[in-house]
Amino acid sequence: MAARGVPWEYAAAPESTDHIRIEREYGLFINNAFSPARPRATFDVINPATEEVLSKVARASKADVNRAVTAARQAHDTTWSRLPGRERAKYLYRIARIMQERSREFAVVETMNSGKPIKESRDVDVPLAAAHFFYYAGWADKLDYAFPNRRPTSLGVAAQIIPWNFPLLMLAWKIAPALACGNTVILKPASTTPLTAYLFADVVRQAELPPGVVNIITGPGEIGMELVRHPLVDKVAFTGSTAVGKLIGRAIAGTHKKATLELGGKAANIVFDDAPLDQAIEGIINGIYFNQGEVCCAGSRLFVQESVYEPLLDKLKDRLSTLRVGDPLDKNTDVGAINSAGQLAKIAELVESGIAEGAEIFQPDCVLPDKGFFFRPTLFTGVSQSHRIAQEEIFGPVLSVLTFRTPEEAVEKANNTPYGLSAGVWTEKGSRIFKMIGAMKAGVVWANTFNRFDPSSPFGGYKESGYGREGGRHGLAGYLRLDGAA
Amino acid sequence: MATARRPAAQNRTATRRRAARATVLYARAPAPLALRDGAGTAVERLGVRKTYKLFIGGEFPRTESGRSYLVYGARGELLANACRGTRKDIRDAVRAARKAQPEWATKTAFNRGQVLYRIAELMEGRRDQFVADVMAAEGVGKQRARRLVDAAIDRWVWYAGWADKFPQILGNVNPVAGSYFNFSIPEPTGVVGIIAAQDSALLGLVSRLAPVIVSGNAAVVIASQTRPLPAITLSEVIATSDVPGGVVNVITGLRRELVGHLASHMDVNALDGFGLEAAAVTAVEEAATDNVKRFARPPSGGLDGYDWLAPAAQSPYLIGEFVEIKTVWHPIGV
Repeated sequence: MAARGVPWEYAAAPESTDHIRIEREYGLFINNAFSPARPRATFDVINPATEEVLSKVARASKADVNRAVTAARQAHDTTWSRLPGRERAKYLYRIARIMQERSREFAVVETMNSGKPIKESRDVDVPLAAAHFFYYAGWADKLDYAFPNRRPTSLGVAAQIIPWNFPLLMLAWKIAPALACGNTVILKPASTTPLTAYLFADVVRQAELPPGVVNIITGPGEIGMELVRHPLVDKVAFTGSTAVGKLIGRAIAGTHKKATLELGGKAANIVFDDAPLDQAIEGIINGIYFNQGEVCCAGSRLFVQESVYEPLLDKLKDRLSTLRVGDPLDKNTDVGAINSAGQLAKIAELVESGIAEGAEIFQPDCVLPDKGFFFRPTLFTGVSQSHRIAQEEIFGPVLSVLTFRTPEEAVEKANNTPYGLSAGVWTEKGSRIFKMIGAMKAGVVWANTFNRFDPSSPFGGYKESGYGREGGRHGLAGYLRLDGAA
Repeated sequence: MATARRPAAQNRTATRRRAARATVLYARAPAPLALRDGAGTAVERLGVRKTYKLFIGGEFPRTESGRSYLVYGARGELLANACRGTRKDIRDAVRAARKAQPEWATKTAFNRGQVLYRIAELMEGRRDQFVADVMAAEGVGKQRARRLVDAAIDRWVWYAGWADKFPQILGNVNPVAGSYFNFSIPEPTGVVGIIAAQDSALLGLVSRLAPVIVSGNAAVVIASQTRPLPAITLSEVIATSDVPGGVVNVITGLRRELVGHLASHMDVNALDGFGLEAAAVTAVEEAATDNVKRFARPPSGGLDGYDWLAPAAQSPYLIGEFVEIKTVWHPIGV
């Protein structure tokens, strides 16, 4: 390992894109066919790392929403919900297999469209997305075992609105359980990241799903709200900001629509003085710089016990300086591009507020590409609870470091947020881990690890981080009607 | 006790209307409840009337407003004055619930089960009083009232048994792909607001309250407006049955003055709107989104046809409506 300050050059290791075919234009995917929006309108989709236009996609209208919902309704009522579970299972297994076979294609398109490093899309997003289809495929014919003494039936049409940070993974989280339970779906990917969803549409056709079972429409937030409000929609599944989650909650108030909301977070990552420091450093880095920090469960607030504050901070700054920021398609890149100019501006604004409010900023001395939306991995020390950077979700590679003395203080500070999505605890003491796990108001607690996901493992938040769970057996509940007691 | 009667003609019309709403035909105006003993038989002495109060933090304060409203029986007779609670009372109750909840949640499941069972024991001891209360409030005959009270008592017993079992039904160990020990456990949501059913003043309330508190939540209940008295009697039982003060709080009063404040209170984590009138559901659910409350809707067909005695009125999945699932990961190594 070279000493600090000595340049240590990596050879460029770009993933090739020669086998990727991105269409110049994508229509809406309704009834297993692509069709332009009516009236015809498109918007550009760019590569955030280069700012080049990748494709044009259809901008759905209210009439298109109606078209998609009608298709889904029809498919639900006539085919999909009537299929025996074992047949639905086989369709889902097919999808999972095709995604594995086309994994490199998915990874490269995901990286080009979202800006995330290829090593993350290749090793995390795509395999996990496929795994979700495998997991829920197996539930499709076993639903009667999931909720004892209840007879589950499908809800109907699910409107699914997903964010831009994990475009393919969120698609899988939403579509796999919905289909397994016999529902049909209309997915609305985020405006900036629809391309892997349209690639997935191709998988749907390859797997020969009945028309209308999976529909994908693109457009701005208003179109998402049209979808939510549509009277033939029975279920709303949303991942995104708490503010939008509340709007959706209002829109469906008093209706029969069931909802699952996965909203924002401001996770505490708590390091005790007996923690294995080197492992903790990796966990902290993974917690906040994974996917450029554009993760709702990112460990954006680091609480360090005072007695290890200095050694930990030294190690952390060292480690931060080794992160490679740049071309997301380069296999050595650790931190890729921020998803959009808007998001970059939001991160910059919050970082400015941190400086203005008196926190001390540290950024490694790395060179950022000339083009594209990049932000240096950043950490703040001297942060107090009231600082905006300690309260608001930044959704970027920005870590706020705070300290504590006693476990009680750590709990108090960690829970001092309207959010409650995730938390991390680092200590070698087992009894302390369990005490902390119990005290954390968060839907996922990682002890001596961080940012782990698995299809069999429920995920979701407390308080204003949303309600309902995705993943695991609990993820089925949001997609089933359970009122028929057996 | 002529003062307890309602002499004016216009009042009688109002009484008739009220009686009609309760679907009990106006037949006779029996002596006010205060003149009866617990079993409902007339006695030759002046009854000692009861002052009905709120139940907040384990105590029985009067409403801070000093206001009260008249409570009539289903047959139109005047039963009592009940506290007309206020926004401040709601806030006090939420604060009491917030304070009590963590300790209640950390009691062992075995202990919470014992406490719930204790409620059943004490209710059994005051069974006749509950029967009289339910008869007066709901205008049902003695036999029917007994069935309802017995079902309410049995419901506590049923949920008491779930205290140390529902985590085994609702929790999971998850076989993740990798060397991690991963499990999901249900935890209480926190403070749950309950808008109790109007018509089923005792059984309806117990059916919604028991699953909320058995998991370690604390509750703030808005009692039936028209039939609040069984709820207050229940709170007297709860006060003496080892339920820590603040775990259950009962506010009486006019719903239009109370429900919105509970629904929009930022320190309430969940709202049970099962007892809401259909016309109010949308506004209340909207208010509940202010802090992303978990919200339980009333049945789609309304509560009119809802059978509180049916087996479906009790379920471990009702406990599940007001728990959070917490998933924990830990690496496996040496």
